[in-house]
Amino acid sequence: MKKNVFRLLLTGAFATIVFVACNSEGKKEGEQASTDSTTAPAVVGQSGVVDDQSQKNVVGVAVGSPDHTTLVAAVKAAELVDALSNAGPFTVFAPTNAAFAKLPAGTVEGLLVPEKKETLQEILQYHVSVGVYKLENLKDGQQIDEVFGGKVTIGVKDGKYTVNGANIVATVPASNGIVYVIDQVIFAPAKK
Amino acid sequence: MKNYINYVAATLAIATLTQCKPKSASQVVTGDAASKVYVAPGKYDEIYNFVSGGFSGQLAVYGLPSARLLKVIPVFSQNPENGWGYSEETKPMLNTSHGFIPWDDLHHVALSQTDGLDDGRWVFVNGNNTPRVARINLKTFRTEEIIELPNSSGNHSSPFLTENSEYVIAGTRFSTPLEGNNDVPISTYKENFKGTISFIKIDPTSGHMSVPFQVVMPPFNFDLSRAGKGPSHGWFFFSCYNTEQANTLLEVNASQRDKDFVVAINWKKIEEYAKANKGRVTTSKYAHNIYDDKVHSATSTISDGIVQFDAAELKGMIYLMPCPKSPHGCDTDPTGEYIVAGGKLAATIPVFSFSKMLKAIENKEFDGEFAGLPVIKYESALYGEVPKPGLGPLHTEFDDKGNAYTSMFVSSEVVKWNIKDLKVIDRKPTFYSLGHLMVVGGGTKHPYGKYLVAYNKITKDRYLPTGPELAQSAQLFDISGEKMEMLSDFPTIGEPHYAQAIEASKIKDGQVRFFKIEDNQHPFVTKGEKESKVVRTGNRIDVYATCIRSHFSPDNIEGIQMGDEVYFHVTNLEQDWDVPHGFAIKGAAMAELLIMPGETCTYKWNPDRVGVVPFYCTDFCSALHQEMQGYMRVSPKGSSVKLVWSLGDFSSDAPVAPAEKK
Repeated sequence: MKKNVFRLLLTGAFATIVFVACNSEGKKEGEQASTDSTTAPAVVGQSGVVDDQSQKNVVGVAVGSPDHTTLVAAVKAAELVDALSNAGPFTVFAPTNAAFAKLPAGTVEGLLVPEKKETLQEILQYHVSVGVYKLENLKDGQQIDEVFGGKVTIGVKDGKYTVNGANIVATVPASNGIVYVIDQVIFAPAKK
Repeated sequence: MKNYINYVAATLAIATLTQCKPKSASQVVTGDAASKVYVAPGKYDEIYNFVSGGFSGQLAVYGLPSARLLKVIPVFSQNPENGWGYSEETKPMLNTSHGFIPWDDLHHVALSQTDGLDDGRWVFVNGNNTPRVARINLKTFRTEEIIELPNSSGNHSSPFLTENSEYVIAGTRFSTPLEGNNDVPISTYKENFKGTISFIKIDPTSGHMSVPFQVVMPPFNFDLSRAGKGPSHGWFFFSCYNTEQANTLLEVNASQRDKDFVVAINWKKIEEYAKANKGRVTTSKYAHNIYDDKVHSATSTISDGIVQFDAAELKGMIYLMPCPKSPHGCDTDPTGEYIVAGGKLAATIPVFSFSKMLKAIENKEFDGEFAGLPVIKYESALYGEVPKPGLGPLHTEFDDKGNAYTSMFVSSEVVKWNIKDLKVIDRKPTFYSLGHLMVVGGGTKHPYGKYLVAYNKITKDRYLPTGPELAQSAQLFDISGEKMEMLSDFPTIGEPHYAQAIEASKIKDGQVRFFKIEDNQHPFVTKGEKESKVVRTGNRIDVYATCIRSHFSPDNIEGIQMGDEVYFHVTNLEQDWDVPHGFAIKGAAMAELLIMPGETCTYKWNPDRVGVVPFYCTDFCSALHQEMQGYMRVSPKGSSVKLVWSLGDFSSDAPVAPAEKK
């Protein structure tokens, strides 16, 4: 009897926290401590850490760029926000909105639906490598292993850098890696 | 090239991305989690959990499921809390061929086994930095032995045990040039650098360690290892990376090849080879330190002469299995048939089959050789791959129901999968970025299961903040059901790497409660207050002291002079559980002693000024603990003050020397 009441109370408290978290778009500093300490907060990974002082991670860099709203929407839809907020280190090739816009009409919308999550993950993971590959160390013809889909090939010609033919148009260091802004979405070669 | 930094900075007005993912009850700790970890006051935990302290150099002991910290066992680092590495008796334990070293980096834990089951006798741990392996006695929870490993650098692939504790293995992370050829350019890595794998033999009765032989390996970085069990008993499996053999910027240069290796070593064959007196003897020196409870003291012996074999000469004993990509963990399942390697840059988890491996060897299904060692064809030894397990697979442990649990560092989750069909059953996030995980008995033939603990590398906002340096976090899961359930979250000491856990019943009843005073064979023991004395030998002073509630004998000493070296040998005369006494002298460049009942510990003190110096008991031992104190008078060198000592002389005269009492 007592146990049931206890459970009921906890369930009530839990529901409240979820409600609060959803309405406030995540945790507020000190919220965990100030609410009922016997109920765990809703599950958010490292992306949910409230910290506006530290250097931005690769996700923060993308979120802060108005040229990457499509990429950010895709990373969210693919549920890769937490993974990319972790320690890494990552080298991310970040296609701009314009790069996504070059794809055939409807491609992006088609990938953002829940049923295509896995495909979207595979595409995005072909843009992410575990490791920091600094621009000055990149060599023409160098191959870099991506999280999914195999290798990309770096091109260096006349001081210009490319990845699988896409131009690297900017370099943004992040706390957990490096972001290369690219002007095309890149795709893994089809499996033989 | 356009630089986006300023522009990005200008647009960073948007706060850190926050999410509102779908949340179901299964994703959060539910109400009955509290009752599952609640251990009522006065009740015992079900499990002892031995958790490596990483850069603390020590080993933490937690009770599960409460996650209460029971003890920190000092191993490789000095511990002022109880005088470990400070007292004369324990200083030799931290001796090495480099001299006394006050610290190391403790990564992995191996409970001793009998017939593939944890037997609760000892726990072995490794020191990474100055390669050593230590053995802790689980009757006293004290470090009893430390052996240094010559020709080894970065003792990471260690200590892993065979199923009857025949051998502990110790493989090198760093390859280096070996003796006789060690002053060479770093750029000659491929030609001149070598890895080694040391075999540490365990005496089945005393637990004492020795290093009968070492195998000289190609200069890969050996990462982790497991012994085979059951049918694969007699073999060891090692993960290795940097088969590129790079010596700089490894984060890039050691990630070039698509596959590194799992190295399979038939140690029973090597043992036979060693018994045939083959191999060459090196002159490398190493320390071997043993603590003996009879004399309450450690000795350190510097030995030399290790027998070495070149891997390439051990035909038919060592094989390479290609393994995607920079494998970290290398774990054998309870049946001994499956070897799971977590390639931290790999997109899948390969599971090798021991029986297929044997067949491949028999049928010579090789892909040539690498560094003189036969490479088994990947598919020939592969049972299958776990597809898309998550990002950054590291370590795998096993339950009692045929399931495996792999830690995913990059995606920060524990992934449960079935060993037979390789299908993912469940995944749960950890907070944040776990390295090792452990299941109770997860390294044995018959895992206990029930609980899993994930040991994380990043803590950030998990607990009340404590400035820039945070304790690392661990999370306890209930794994008795189909889905894992997170029960609690607790901070750990240092940096937890691997941990193991064992049923409390296998340990708790065999505990030493105190040391019998009549068995104390310490050379400076004082078995009763009447025997307490002070002896001068040149400028060395030995104080044969006792302590018991609530005084020291003697507690007044005069006649100490500047330039003397004073050794205070304190014997705790108590014969009662949990009545240690502490000892400290004002101004001494020392940690306290914490003396267990029946034990003798020695405090070395060099007086640095003339005057009267107090000492006292540092452990609250009785209602009159605050009265447990004494004085020593330090006089100038050559002073005529006689050496006298006393306890309880009420006269106003100076203390009386025993010679005068007679």
